Amino acid sequence: MSDTEMFRLLADDDVRLEADAPDLSDEQFLGIYRVMVQTRVFDAAMIGLHRQGRIGIYGSSEGEEAIAVAAAAALDEPDWLFPDYRVPGALFERGVTMEETLAQLFGSAADLGKGRQLPTHYGSRRLQIASISSPVGNGTPHAVGFAWAAKIRKGPEVVLNFFGDGATSEEGFHTGMNIAGVHRLPVVFVCRNNQYAISVPLRLQTASETIAIKARAYGFDGVRVDGSDALAVYAAVRKAVERARAGEGPTLIEGVSYRHGAHSTSDDDTRYRDRSEADAWKKRDPIARFRRYLVARGIWDENRDADLVRELTEAVQRAIDVASAVPVPQIDTLFTDVYHDMPPHLQIQRDELLRHLESRKQAE
Amino acid sequence: MIDALNDALHVGMRANDNVVVLGEDVGRLGGVFRVTAGLFDEFGEDRVLDTPLTETGIVGSAIGMALYGLRPVAEIQFADFVFPAFDQIVNELAKYRYRSGNQFECPVLMRMPVGGGIGGGHYHSQSPEAYFAHTAGLKVVIPSNPYDAKGLLLAALEDPDPVVFLEPKKLYRTTHAEVPEGHYTVPIGSAAAVREGSDLTLLCYGAMVPVCGKVAASAAGEGIDIEVIDLRSILPLDLDVVSASVAKTGRVVIVHEAPRTCGFGAELAASIVERSFWDLDAPIARVTGFDTPFPYRLEDAYMPTLERILEGVRTTARA
Repeated sequence: MSDTEMFRLLADDDVRLEADAPDLSDEQFLGIYRVMVQTRVFDAAMIGLHRQGRIGIYGSSEGEEAIAVAAAAALDEPDWLFPDYRVPGALFERGVTMEETLAQLFGSAADLGKGRQLPTHYGSRRLQIASISSPVGNGTPHAVGFAWAAKIRKGPEVVLNFFGDGATSEEGFHTGMNIAGVHRLPVVFVCRNNQYAISVPLRLQTASETIAIKARAYGFDGVRVDGSDALAVYAAVRKAVERARAGEGPTLIEGVSYRHGAHSTSDDDTRYRDRSEADAWKKRDPIARFRRYLVARGIWDENRDADLVRELTEAVQRAIDVASAVPVPQIDTLFTDVYHDMPPHLQIQRDELLRHLESRKQAE
Repeated sequence: MIDALNDALHVGMRANDNVVVLGEDVGRLGGVFRVTAGLFDEFGEDRVLDTPLTETGIVGSAIGMALYGLRPVAEIQFADFVFPAFDQIVNELAKYRYRSGNQFECPVLMRMPVGGGIGGGHYHSQSPEAYFAHTAGLKVVIPSNPYDAKGLLLAALEDPDPVVFLEPKKLYRTTHAEVPEGHYTVPIGSAAAVREGSDLTLLCYGAMVPVCGKVAASAAGEGIDIEVIDLRSILPLDLDVVSASVAKTGRVVIVHEAPRTCGFGAELAASIVERSFWDLDAPIARVTGFDTPFPYRLEDAYMPTLERILEGVRTTARA
């Protein structure tokens, strides 16, 4: 593995391997595949919900499922995830249910975040997933600080932090890499290089030969990996996780892929890129490639695939039905959790709003 | 005040193994103002962490440490240098509990020297408290004497929420008082009347408190009996103490070093008008720094001096 040459396991025919497959059972291979397909089906359904006006905004991860799912699959039980907003596959892989995800997207009373964040900004303490914020790169120093604490306390945790190619221009990226390198912290950085930060292409983001190569300046290893090759992503992240746990410090992994869709439901990607470019990348679709490998390995077939998609489509619809039935959060939760205890000025403001709403109700 | 703060850190770190100190030069050097002196020797390199020069990294990694369960005390070398970390403080730290639905909390204590009067020029003199007081989720504390400095710092170390702890560096070596040994706290969100009076209320905090004390002594000679309120915390603000004083005196002068426009005095004046308008006998006056960058050679002209405050007091008392 290197920071300039693309690390791959799937050969061009997606059947042969260029090196040994990761040491996983058939069930584990199929588990990763299943979550990748679930993510694809889920993303498509959420774009549909947005078009129906039921979700305010959504950003699909189509094309990047291998990075999110295979990287998260390389974690062990004590490990923590510091995600960004475009890795639903990593959340599913770590055990977040579609009902929980939908509760967040709807901002309902069932949302762990109590409906306080824009769609796709998840977080689950129970599942060791940090809370996501919008400003890109901001989560990286948090991941690093968590890893620093784990090192100080000699804890078993390894931290996995996701971000996109645009985030590598942000201060959070630089300072996070720097501190992680200085203190050899148990953290694995996974950059989803999907070629675009909204509309800005990678060549206008950095003059670096690769993103992985940036790790050299911070004194640790970078790995450039084919992000549409689930096996390669798993192998690269797994090695980095094992090194981190052994006290050998951080790794920056650049997963080279492509965002099949627009940045979010709020932009039109035909305004800044050519359709033929997307078509070329879609020929290297991570799910299709992994499926061809699994079929060739003799543990999957096309008939089961149709059944899986149907099963997952129904499961998404059931989750939507369940999540739709949950009401929005109670009004007074507007004021709770700003602090551990509500200070007097917030009590006054809460009472003011509740009185106002009560008087309007009586007027009606 | 330096020794009281240093003592508080020693007491707090002895009491709770989760407390770690991080920042630029806080370890072997003991901080450029020596507030963290001796901590490295007593608690070692796993609890007293010299960081690279990155305010974003100091606060950002403190957030991660807090998520792990530690209680980080992040030192920003001068409040003037906090702005790179503003995003981490305002968008991340202050919002973490709320946005996660109370799944997580981030009890990060951020210490930073503030204020002028030391010949520091623009980049070593600013008073940025209003930026933080505008941010839901933070607490903002400014002690004015060694007793409060230690008690508020120990309270902040036990607080479940993030605290911006502003240390008036002018007072570091100019205020001296014996403080109790060991552990005690001064509650965050409580103001104190440091001098009682019946004619006029002087509202102040931090390094302006001792100046206002002198103003009160001087005004007494002119027959004006001043009540000096040290806010101690500006968020949460102890409006009960403020209102009670205004009810008694009916006249208010607000003093702070920070620029006037949208300075914390504006919030104080608005709150007093909302709560205590009918108790007022005169317009509220503000004596503050000016709406200019903090100057170097003309610092004395910029600062609210005893004479400037006294003039505001006389005008308000006679109005």
